[in-house]
Amino acid sequence: MSATLSNHQAIDLRESTIRELNAVLQSEDVTGSWLVSHPEGRHSIAVGLTAPIDIIIDGQAGYYAGGMNQHANLVIKGNAGPGVAENMMSGSVRIEGNASMAAGATAHGGLLVIEGDAGARCGISMKGVNIVVRGSVGHMSAFMAQSGNLVVCGDAGDALGDSLYEARIFVRGTVKSLGADCEEKDMSAEDLQILRGLLEEAGITEYSAEHFRCYGSARRLYNFHVDNAAAY
Amino acid sequence: MCGIVGLFLKNPALQPQLGALTAQMLKTMTERGPDSAGFAIYGGGAHGRTKMTLRGVTEALRPDFEKSVLSLSDSATFSYRDDHLVVSCPDDAVSAIRELVAGYGSDVRIVSSGDSIELYKGVGLPEDVAARFQLAEMSGTHAIGHTRMATESAVTTAGAHPFSTGPDQCLVHNGSLSNHNTLRRQLVRDGLSFETENDSEVAAGYLSWRLSRGERLDEALTASLSDLDGFYTFVVGTRDGFAVLRDPVACKPAVMAETDDYVAFASEYRAFAGLPGIESATVFEPEPQRVYHWEHAA
Amino acid sequence: MSQSKNTPPRTTPRFSATFDQFTISEIQRAAATGIYDIRGAGTKRKLPHFDDLLFLGASISRYPLEGYRERCDTDVVLGTRFAKKPIRLKTPVTVAGMSFGALSAQAKEALGRGASAVGTSTTTGDGGMTPEERGHSSILVYQYLPSRYGMNPDDLRRADAIEVVVGQGAKPGGGGMLLGQKISPRVAKMRNLPEGIDQRSACRHPDWTGPDDLEIKIEELREITGWEKPIYVKVGASRPYYDVSLAVKAGADVIVLDGMQGGTAATQEVFIEHVGLPILSAIRSAVQALQDLGMHRKVQLIVSGGIRSGADMAKALALGADAVAIGTAALIALGDQSPDLAEEYAKLGTVPGAYDDWQEGRDPAGITTQDPELASRLDPILGGRRIANYLSVMTMEAQAIARACGKSHLHNLEPEDLVSLTMEAAAMTKIPLAGTDWYPGKNGF
Repeated sequence: MSATLSNHQAIDLRESTIRELNAVLQSEDVTGSWLVSHPEGRHSIAVGLTAPIDIIIDGQAGYYAGGMNQHANLVIKGNAGPGVAENMMSGSVRIEGNASMAAGATAHGGLLVIEGDAGARCGISMKGVNIVVRGSVGHMSAFMAQSGNLVVCGDAGDALGDSLYEARIFVRGTVKSLGADCEEKDMSAEDLQILRGLLEEAGITEYSAEHFRCYGSARRLYNFHVDNAAAY
Repeated sequence: MCGIVGLFLKNPALQPQLGALTAQMLKTMTERGPDSAGFAIYGGGAHGRTKMTLRGVTEALRPDFEKSVLSLSDSATFSYRDDHLVVSCPDDAVSAIRELVAGYGSDVRIVSSGDSIELYKGVGLPEDVAARFQLAEMSGTHAIGHTRMATESAVTTAGAHPFSTGPDQCLVHNGSLSNHNTLRRQLVRDGLSFETENDSEVAAGYLSWRLSRGERLDEALTASLSDLDGFYTFVVGTRDGFAVLRDPVACKPAVMAETDDYVAFASEYRAFAGLPGIESATVFEPEPQRVYHWEHAA
Repeated sequence: MSQSKNTPPRTTPRFSATFDQFTISEIQRAAATGIYDIRGAGTKRKLPHFDDLLFLGASISRYPLEGYRERCDTDVVLGTRFAKKPIRLKTPVTVAGMSFGALSAQAKEALGRGASAVGTSTTTGDGGMTPEERGHSSILVYQYLPSRYGMNPDDLRRADAIEVVVGQGAKPGGGGMLLGQKISPRVAKMRNLPEGIDQRSACRHPDWTGPDDLEIKIEELREITGWEKPIYVKVGASRPYYDVSLAVKAGADVIVLDGMQGGTAATQEVFIEHVGLPILSAIRSAVQALQDLGMHRKVQLIVSGGIRSGADMAKALALGADAVAIGTAALIALGDQSPDLAEEYAKLGTVPGAYDDWQEGRDPAGITTQDPELASRLDPILGGRRIANYLSVMTMEAQAIARACGKSHLHNLEPEDLVSLTMEAAAMTKIPLAGTDWYPGKNGF
């Protein structure tokens, strides 16, 4: 790996603090590619970035890695803790391992790719982000998701898309159960096009968009009606 | 609200390092629980003998206490670590020693008892608590540790985890139960007694109560899913192993790492950073509502 | 008319105290609609409040300060614990979080103008930051809520302080609500929601639960903003001792404690009236928690929920708060509940002083609405002046009291300057009953 990473600027988290790391990555004139070594599960790695730089986190990240990201492209070579890429605005975060709960929570934009599995509440309250999970997602994923797309190549846990607003969910495998007001939709040509684009952007070539199913909001909770009271 | 760590060794060659590895894990969870810390460590038991961990046998009490214990059982041994004492005695002397301890009033407490468990806890930063009891020097088969940020009950040694309410059993908890007061009253009616107002002690007592009725640990844990309300991640230690359970909502973090040499549990991955061979471990999160159980062959 | 021998005297029609007229109408309404009553504003029931405390003015044993001559300072610094740039307020009364969406853009602007004019802060709400309020607020606190509507790092960095909202006095444990009538195109865009739908918000933050995880979240927010901005944690009053202790342990710079008299844009009536603590009963245990941790005055305490006057403010400060926040009172100062609007209130089936259908967005005062015509009735410049006037009056009232107690700074007011008028207030505050040195529980009885 060192050969391919030789042109990176390096920060070793056994020698630098998280504050020092973020201060460098957040500085106005930051450019180029960065390698963060020995993350060892530390929290808030590479949060609040605003520059279009490339960062490799060479190991396991703790909570909120890439939080509120703008423009930067992060690769986490291990697993990511809770709330990875939370409230991301743009740029990308790719996790080569698994992501813990609330991956991509409330994120507005950009691309979050999880090569492994995601835990509970993946894409909770997502507001426009695209999330592609090569593996499976845990329960209550896309809870109250407002907009954006969640692509799950594996299976989805219980209560998928509960209280969904206008986000789209694509699942290739099984869905353990759908949450309140989430229903399967016919895959439109537009849906298919979006899905194909996301699979391609995420670098997932082994699955064909035709094998996914599409889920969205039944919109029964959009305005209160007494017959839907049980869903509240 | 807290940090949890646990280490279950599959490879006996690591046993001399158990304490050192656990101490290191405990220290990484300081921010999650700066108020108090504790740990249970299993190992070193001998057939036919029981280890009782006691708290509150002060230096002034020691000569009289040891003399009294020896008069009940001349093969009893005493091992002191800070303000805790482990008495090892033949199984048939346990009830007499319990009676003796009761005579010292509430200042002297039996914090655990069993074939192989020893349990230490105290107020202060996890690192300091571990150092006070020389955790780094201990060996054993498995250990469970806890760092506490007190929510609704007092910051005291009694309120620190783990809680042990049955032979060789202990429980640590991260979360907040919402029906523990009602459950405590029910369990008290069934003859249990509690030392604190802590919700986690109720969970420990509940499991012990179920186990005392002949249920297996996995059955007792499964039952807790319907009887305990609120948010929890539990790690439960037994003589031969440990179990993990998360509530259905599963908001409190939990992560596990497995290699050929060990199974490790923690609230955060950070706790694993110093474990041998962690780079190639299988790292995963326990699913909600599922009982995970590891055991040494008896 | 003489009474007939065959018809005995009738008793006067008697209303039930249990099934009073409001209760009867509520049961009838529930039966007809199948949904709980949703409304705005705060609790309407009578609760123990600051009126149940009185100050002891100086005389011979203590000496008062000359009312219009001798100084009585009012400034307060918030966020001195960890933040590089603490907030400096000229007066310890700030405007509480109210969203654009719940309020019109004009109302938000007016609040900003008024608060800025007297050197204090205003606060965003569940819906993001508008350019109007940022532009017109010299000190703006940005709320970080479970829904994260409109949350973005640019606004986070534009803010002067960040308020992590865990709960609200009107509905501790509950999530937000904004009904379809108020999800205008602009509100919908800011919140990434379809127009005109009923917005339901989460009650828990999506990516953390509990103090141990809050600590990590606070650190993330500090990392994103370079450790510059004070981090407030706002809780609804329910278990204030524990909640304040845990917020401090999690690393808060400032605690905001909101009592059940605090208002809301919209929630269930049952929540407003039956959940939470009156602010009077919550302050003492919050202050106790800070004192037990050695953090009183180091982590600042802002209290809110039914603050109306300089007297309320002075009493809250004497009980140990560092500042107070106003919400409902600010809306009234802007023109809510005005008798001038009686005819329009009548059309909405209500009267000035009782209007609480803020969720419907038909506010004739143009405050709690997204209707362009109604909203345009509120002149933000004039509204700002009214807010500034009101905040100035509150400050002068508090100073008048403080000087009478011999204090050259509002923060030197202390519990011993107060007496309780009722047993309830004495029990809740441990302020002795007037004329005695006793409060319930003292000396074991």
